[in-house]
Amino acid sequence: MREFDSDDIVILVSRTLSPFIMLFALYVVFHGHYSPGGGFQGGTMLAAAVMLIRLAAGSELARLQFPQELGTPLGAAGVFIYFGTGLAAMLGGGRFLDYAFLPLAGTAPALRSLGILLVEVGVGLAVLGILIAIFDDLLEGSGE
Amino acid sequence: MKAVNFAVLALFGALLVFAASGLPDRGDPSAPLHRDTSLAGTPNAPSYYIRNAKKDAATPNMVTVILADYRGYDTMGEETVIFTAGLVCFLILRRGRKRNKEDKTS
Repeated sequence: MREFDSDDIVILVSRTLSPFIMLFALYVVFHGHYSPGGGFQGGTMLAAAVMLIRLAAGSELARLQFPQELGTPLGAAGVFIYFGTGLAAMLGGGRFLDYAFLPLAGTAPALRSLGILLVEVGVGLAVLGILIAIFDDLLEGSGE
Repeated sequence: MKAVNFAVLALFGALLVFAASGLPDRGDPSAPLHRDTSLAGTPNAPSYYIRNAKKDAATPNMVTVILADYRGYDTMGEETVIFTAGLVCFLILRRGRKRNKEDKTS
């Protein structure tokens, strides 16, 4: 891979910005019930915050923040959360992805709201993991 | 040849503008999409969503309810597509790198 010489100012600025981007991304994911947003948008912004550090500090240093091996498993975990929510609804006696039958206490609308939140978190994790995995794969593929 | 291309492009552009001029206005209550029953006489899904989204899922954002609840299967498919894209990137790009390494060591 090419030698990466990082710049102190660039690292400082991206280090300062990255947490705020992550915070806003979490807001976008969890406030999707009340405002525009949701898993896809929030996950993309989370991935952008992680990639900013990768671009600024080079993949050697950024590996400490988010290991390369974590991308694809995180995506798989996100997909699993989505399918798991659907299967949990089936276990509760309903149809697949019918959140009103989630085996938890609460009225049907509240359970649907909770199911939507779970699903959005799953989507966010999947998008975050897969975008970073694709970024790393492309970097690996282009190197050497 | 170039003149023909431009003529065809202009023709398609004019066709698009002509077709767009026939679309119903934004928010027009009498548009086929916004009526209670579709042109075939069956109940229309959008009006059901607008009336019942908040009641069904206790969520003020109608779009989120449609995306994750009413159309949950669709979103699941989208997520699977993204995951598959990631897996394919992994398989294609990492494979080449490993082969290079083997070449170097041998």
